[in-house]
Amino acid sequence: MSILVYIEQDQGKVKNSSLEAISYGAALAEKSGGKVSVLGLGSVADEDLDLIGQAGADAIYQVADERLNSGVIQAHAYMVAQVYDLVGANTLVLAKSSLGDAVAARLAIKLNAGLVSNVVGLPDLSAGFVVKRSIFTGKAFVETGIEAENKILAIKKNTHPIKTDGAVVPVEKLTLDLPDTVFAAKITDMEKASGEVLLPEADIVVSGGRGLNGPENWGMIEDLAEALKAAKGCSKPVSDLGWRPHHEHVGQTGVKVAPALYIAVAISGAIQHLAGVNASRYIVVINKDPDAPFFKAADYGIVGDAFEIVPKLTEAIKALKQ
Amino acid sequence: MNILVCITHVPDTTSKIRFTDENTQLDKAGVQFIIGPYDDYALARAVEIKEQTGGSISVLNVGEAETEPTLRKALAIGADEAIRVNAFPRDAHFVAKQIAHQAKEKSYDMILMGRESIDFNGGMVHGMVGELLGIPSISPVMKLEIEGNTAKMAREIEGGKEFIEVGLPFIAGCQEPIAEWKIPNMRGIMSARSKPLQVVDAVSADPRTATKTYELPAPKGEVKIVADVDQLVQLLKNDAKIL
Ligand SMILES: Cc1cc2nc3c(=O)[nH]c(=O)nc-3n(C[C@H](O)[C@H](O)[C@H](O)COP(=O)(O)OP(=O)(O)OC[C@H]3O[C@@H](n4cnc5c(N)ncnc54)[C@H](O)[C@@H]3O)c2cc1C
Ligand SMILES: Nc1ncnc2c1ncn2[C@@H]1O[C@H](COP(=O)(O)O)[C@@H](O)[C@H]1O
Repeated sequence: MSILVYIEQDQGKVKNSSLEAISYGAALAEKSGGKVSVLGLGSVADEDLDLIGQAGADAIYQVADERLNSGVIQAHAYMVAQVYDLVGANTLVLAKSSLGDAVAARLAIKLNAGLVSNVVGLPDLSAGFVVKRSIFTGKAFVETGIEAENKILAIKKNTHPIKTDGAVVPVEKLTLDLPDTVFAAKITDMEKASGEVLLPEADIVVSGGRGLNGPENWGMIEDLAEALKAAKGCSKPVSDLGWRPHHEHVGQTGVKVAPALYIAVAISGAIQHLAGVNASRYIVVINKDPDAPFFKAADYGIVGDAFEIVPKLTEAIKALKQ
Repeated sequence: MNILVCITHVPDTTSKIRFTDENTQLDKAGVQFIIGPYDDYALARAVEIKEQTGGSISVLNVGEAETEPTLRKALAIGADEAIRVNAFPRDAHFVAKQIAHQAKEKSYDMILMGRESIDFNGGMVHGMVGELLGIPSISPVMKLEIEGNTAKMAREIEGGKEFIEVGLPFIAGCQEPIAEWKIPNMRGIMSARSKPLQVVDAVSADPRTATKTYELPAPKGEVKIVADVDQLVQLLKNDAKIL
């Protein structure tokens, strides 16, 4: 297979989910025979380019057109399609994300490809091409066959380890035609928390619920998140009430996370909240109600008052890290 | 504004998911079906836009006869007409071809969809239809205002949002807080009965993927309740090997 991996960057840094996608591509190339080309759009920091090679790229292409730095869906799709043809790819791999999904869908039409999203493992190639994907918001999986010649796989976060032993590869800069028509949707402004761990990318998430009573009580959540280098999340009522920004809302109708550790503070564990966190490797629940449903989905739990427990936990973690 | 809203017919968010026929079919016994929650946001915003600008709302579902009560509910919420493309929605590509075909016949000012369906969670159909029709597709959209022939929207990105302007027509994959879900009132329910629900044949389109066997995740082990934070930190360090 000739594999092209489309990667995303955040403020010049390659996202971890994209490094996972490259590593997935490398494993697929090894399994099927073939090579992995990686495409970065916009500017990527030089030291990060090394990580791309280490994750298993055989070739790296970059289109450093500044217009591509932000997520212009049609422009990205147009560019990826050109490079896909240029390198003679027959499979496109990318990380599932809000941009990745939108770009992949347009590419499925452009490339006449079969697209599978939420992929959680390498394909079975013994009878065609069959991959497992997560469905029903993490409540089930399904084996899905791709029947088209061209294939697109959107990989779910934290389902494939990042490879670090690949060789450093030189970057080839491409200058390709990019017509104005693909910028019909104009980005006029952007609002973005800077210096924070991105929630969908995070290895550890600390999340707070309505039991915390108000936004003025989020200081202790922030302290714990900082001590753990974690991203912050919240339940739906918390963002509905405007206590926290919407992009922190986790669950069925919010962000789906898949960290190594999810710490839920004063969240009851409604099924719609669990739908967004059920892919976490470990779940810790802190709740004063021993019958809170979240305990059933947890690995570890503490029954008690969050206002006492959370500051103590932050201290204990700081002590451990010293 | 003439608005097309595409809705899914999916198990309620509280449903327990099970499979039958040797894990090749969803077990529908005891499952309540609803309008997909993201599609419900799209519909709610369409109703608000229509209140401001006038026009008409069509709702569309690609599905078999069982989805009609869900389309009726959308009519009760405020859509003016419903279209059911009579086919099993075999995959996203198949569905996108049907929607694009219907949209080509009529000229809608905008097509609103959900950010993703909650059964297959692909988040793909809006982008596919956008490409098939050659118009912009934006998702996930959390704010949408129409000013003349321009749509102004906020698209959620990781850690924040992007503000986007696009001319009509366009496609948006919607999510909260674009609007508040609307609950049908008595008058809506009554009038829904007499609103048109048209059943049309599917156009031919090759599905490009095929679902084979389903599988449930491994059951979760017992929770370990600990007495204090020191014990928790030890477990996270020594057993989970995270800290
Ligand atoms: C279609 C649909 C989609 C939805 N999508 C989502 C979603 O994406 N995400 C989501 O989160 N919800 C979602 N919901 C809402 C969901 O059903 C719950 O209402 C919501 O998750 C409850 O939030 P909560 O746990 O923060 O609040 P509550 O249910 O009010 O729970 C508060 C918890 O805090 C505990 N508590 C209170 N004080 C303390 C204290 N001092 N110390 C420790 N514990 C304390 C209480 O014991 C309680 O368990 C959705 C609902 C629907 C119908
Ligand atoms: N069978 C269907 N009929 C009508 N609209 C659909 C159908 N499937 C998906 N859609 C629309 O496409 C959106 C994205 O779906 P998906 O790509 O399956 O996640 C949904 O929120 C709906 O608005």
